[in-house]
Amino acid sequence: MDRDRRGLTRTPAPYLWAAAVAVPLGFLGVFFAWPVAALVVRGFVPDGALDLGGFTEVLSRPRTWRLVGLTLTQAALGTVFSVLLGLPLAYLLYRRSFPGRTLVRGLVTVPFVLPAVVVGVAFRTLFAPGGTLGFLGLEESLAGIVVALVFFNVSVVVRTVGGLWERLDPRTEQAAASLGASPARVLRTVTLPALAPAVASAASVVFLFCATAFGVVLVLGGVRYGTVETEIWTRTTQFLDLRSASVLSILQLVVITAALAASARARRRREAALRLVSARVAARSLSWRSPADVAAALGGVVIVGGLLVLPLAGLVARSFREPDGSWGLANYVALGTTGERNALVVTVWEATATSLRIALVATVLSLVVGGLVALVVSRRPRSSGARRAVGVLDGLFMLPLGVSAVTVGFGFLITLDQPVLGVDLRTSGLLVPVAQAVVAVPLVVRTVLPVLRAVDPRLREVAAVLGSGPGRVLRTVDLPIALRSVGLATGFAFAVSLGEFGATSFLARPDGATLPVVIYRLVGRPGAENYGMALAASVVLAVLTATVMMVAERLRDERAGGEF
Amino acid sequence: MLRLSGARRGTVVLGVAVAVAAAGCAGGSGTGEDGAEGQGTVTLVTHDSWALDDSLVEQFEQESGYTLEVSAAGDAGTLVNQLVLTRDAPLGDAVFGVDNTFASRALDAGVLEEYTPEALPDGAEQLGGALTPVDQGDVCVNADTAWFEQEGLEPPTTLEDLADPAYRDLLVVTNPATSSPGLAFLLATVGAFGEDGFEEYWASLVDNGVKVADSWEDAYYVDFSGAGEGGQRPLALSYATSPAFTVTEDGSASTTSALLETCFRQVEYAGVLAGSDNPEGARALVDFLLTQDVQAALPESMYMYPADQAVELPEDWQKFAPQADEPFAVDPAAVSEHRDEWIERWTATVVG
Repeated sequence: MDRDRRGLTRTPAPYLWAAAVAVPLGFLGVFFAWPVAALVVRGFVPDGALDLGGFTEVLSRPRTWRLVGLTLTQAALGTVFSVLLGLPLAYLLYRRSFPGRTLVRGLVTVPFVLPAVVVGVAFRTLFAPGGTLGFLGLEESLAGIVVALVFFNVSVVVRTVGGLWERLDPRTEQAAASLGASPARVLRTVTLPALAPAVASAASVVFLFCATAFGVVLVLGGVRYGTVETEIWTRTTQFLDLRSASVLSILQLVVITAALAASARARRRREAALRLVSARVAARSLSWRSPADVAAALGGVVIVGGLLVLPLAGLVARSFREPDGSWGLANYVALGTTGERNALVVTVWEATATSLRIALVATVLSLVVGGLVALVVSRRPRSSGARRAVGVLDGLFMLPLGVSAVTVGFGFLITLDQPVLGVDLRTSGLLVPVAQAVVAVPLVVRTVLPVLRAVDPRLREVAAVLGSGPGRVLRTVDLPIALRSVGLATGFAFAVSLGEFGATSFLARPDGATLPVVIYRLVGRPGAENYGMALAASVVLAVLTATVMMVAERLRDERAGGEF
Repeated sequence: MLRLSGARRGTVVLGVAVAVAAAGCAGGSGTGEDGAEGQGTVTLVTHDSWALDDSLVEQFEQESGYTLEVSAAGDAGTLVNQLVLTRDAPLGDAVFGVDNTFASRALDAGVLEEYTPEALPDGAEQLGGALTPVDQGDVCVNADTAWFEQEGLEPPTTLEDLADPAYRDLLVVTNPATSSPGLAFLLATVGAFGEDGFEEYWASLVDNGVKVADSWEDAYYVDFSGAGEGGQRPLALSYATSPAFTVTEDGSASTTSALLETCFRQVEYAGVLAGSDNPEGARALVDFLLTQDVQAALPESMYMYPADQAVELPEDWQKFAPQADEPFAVDPAAVSEHRDEWIERWTATVVG
C-alpha cells in the first residue's frame, strides 16, 4: 500500500526537476567545489608531479591529532550546550507569548552576525584578570571558547527549532495529557520526537559552525588552543605551506562528512509528517501557574541575561564612552567620518550602505539556490538510488560551512585567473555577494527543509488525484507552506551576509568595504577614537541585524495566518 | 552588483575624461610633460592597511593619465602568498606592502619585474633590483609610563631587562605565527641573541611570565594598561608610533613610550608585477609613491615613517614617536630561509 501511494507522487515533469538540481549544482560547483579542489590539488601537485608524501608527514605529527581532538571536543561541547540552552529558549520565544517577545527574538540573533574579532575582544575583556568575570578563570581555557561558541550559535537552535515548534499542533500534546501523561512524559514521548528533525538539523549546522570557528578560537584560546581550521589558515596565509594545508583540508572534510552522515541518519529515522497549525493557534500566553512556563522563563532570563546581555552590554556601554572618559555620542558622530587619522577609506555609513546592497544580492541568490535544493531534497523518490542521490545532494550543500573561507578565497585566485567579459573577477568585488551566498545557502536549506518535509505527502496526493498538474501541486500545496519559512530563511541569509568576514575580506575592494571589514580595520589601529568607533559600528551592525530579523518574523507571521 | 558595475564605468569615464583633459593641458602649454601620456587602468595590489588620501590619488591620475584601481586583501603575509599563487595571471600591475619579513619569498618566486626608480631617496636600499622601499616602521615594546611612575619603578629599556624578575608578569607580546608585529619581534630577538641564542632568551621571558596574545589589537586593547581599556599589563608589543596616539588632552605629553632598544624595523616595498598588462603604468605608480607629496602623507595615512628621511614628520611624531637609532636587523635572505623554522622553534619553546 505504501508503495502504491508513493507511486502517485512520482514526478511527471523530469526536465523541471533536472533544472532544479542543475542550477544549484552548477552554482556550488563553480563557486565552491572547483576553487577548493584547485587549491587542494595545488598542494599535492606542487611541480607537476603528484606528491602524496604530505599525508604521511602531516598525519604522523602528534600535533595534527591533538588539533583534530580539540576541534571535535570544542565542536561537540559547543553543539551540546547550544541545544541544551536553545530548547528552553525556543519554547519560551515560540510557544509562549509575552510582551516584548519580538524584541527578545531579535536580540537572540545579534551575536550570530557580530564580527568574531569584536566578540573575541568583548569576551576577553570579561574573562581577563580584572574583568567582570575574571574570577572564573576562563581566560585561555576550553571552557571560555565553548561559552563564546554557544553565544554565537544558540540563536541557530532557537530559530530552527522554534520555527517548527510554534506550528506543532498542541492537540496531540493535550490528548496525551488528558490520557494521564505527566508534563515530563508528554515532552519526552510527544513533543521531543516531533521536534527531532529540527533539532538534528540545527545541531548539524551548529556543529559545522563550531568545528570551523576561527576568530574566537584564535582570540580566546591564546597560543595553546588551535583547531584544524586555525591551522589551515596559518599554513596557507602565513607559511604558504599548501602541502600541509591540503592534507588538513581533506582531514577536515572527512571529519565533517562523517559528522553530517551521522546527523543525516539521525534525521532520517525521525522524519515524519507532522500536523502543523498556524503559529497563532499554538502559542499561548505565558502562565505563571504552569511550572514548565516558570522554569522556562527563569531559564530564559538567566541564559539571555548571562550569556547574551552581559557581553553585549559591555560593548554597548563602551561605545558611548568618549576618549576623555565621559559619556556621549562622539563615537556615533564619528561614523560619518573615516576615523582618526583617516583609518578608513570609506566612512562607516558608506560601508553600511555597501553591506546592505551586497546582502540584498546575496540573499536573493541564496534563496533561489537554497530554495531549489530544499525542494528537491524534500521529495522522497521511489527508487532507493534516487533517494540516496537526494541524500547526497542534501549533504553536499552543507559542505561550504565545513570548509575554510581561506581555502575558498585562495582557490578563487587560481580558478578565476581568466577575465570574464573583460573584468578580473578576483579583484572586481563582484564575487563578494556570491561568496556570501555560498555560506548562506546551507542555512536556507536547513530552515526551509524541515517545514517542507513535514508536509503530509497525502496533501500532494489528494491534489494530484483531484486532477492538479505537478506545477499546480507545487503552487498550491508546497509553496504556501514553504513561504512561511522563507521569511525566516531570508532573515538568516541576510544576517549571514551582513556578518560574513572571512571570504569578504579577501574579495572586497577597499572602496567597497563592508561593515565587518571596516570594524576589523578600525580595531586594528591605535587610538582611543578608532577603538570607540569600532564598537559603535559593531552596535550599528547588531541593531541592523536585529531589525532585519524582526521584520522577517513579521513577514512570516502575516503569511502564516490561518492557511490550514 | 549593478550599482558596482555602474560605479566602475563611472570611474573609467571620469578617468578617460581626466586623461583627455590632462593631455590637452600638457599639449596646450607646450611643456612637453611626458607624464600625462599614459592611458588605461593601473591596478595596485596591496594589504588591508593601505590608505591614501583621495586628493593624492587624483593627483596621480591627473599627472600620469592612468586610472588607479586598488585591490587589497589580508595582511602582508597573505599578500605575498596571493602574489605567489597568481604568478601566472597576476592580480594587478603593481604591488605595495611587501615587507622585509616576506620580501624574499616574493623575490624567489619571481613575481616581480626589475625596476629601479630614478628618484630613489638617499639611503633607501632596493631589494633584488625589484623592490623599492616606500616606508618603514619600528616594532617595539611600549610602556605605560603613568603605571611605572605610580609604582615608583623605572621602566625597562633593553630586551634583557624584560627578563628581569623586577618586571615579572608585566609584558604581553603577540604570536609570530599569526601576527606580523609578533614575527617582527621574534626577528628582533634573533637579531639580538643570534640564531642559536633566541630560544634561551624566550625561555627566560616565559619564566618571567610573558603573555602571548593572538593579534596586535588583542594585546593592545585587552591586556595593555596604557590603552586605557582596563588592561592589566604595562608593557606591550606595539609600534614606535603608538605613543603619538596616547597624547594627553593638552598635547603636552604622551602617557606611553616606546622602548627604542627593543625594536625591529619593518620596511615596506613597492614593485612592478611580472606579467602585468600595464608595466608602464606600474612604474609610474612606483615613482609616484616616492614623490614628496606621498612620502609626507604616509605618517597620517598609513602610520609609517617615509622612506625618504628628508621629508618632515608631523609635529606630534617628532615629539612622541621618534624612530629607533639602532633597530635590530636580520638579513632578508636568512629570514626567508629560516622564518618557518624559527617560528616552529619559538612555538616549541613558548607554547610547549
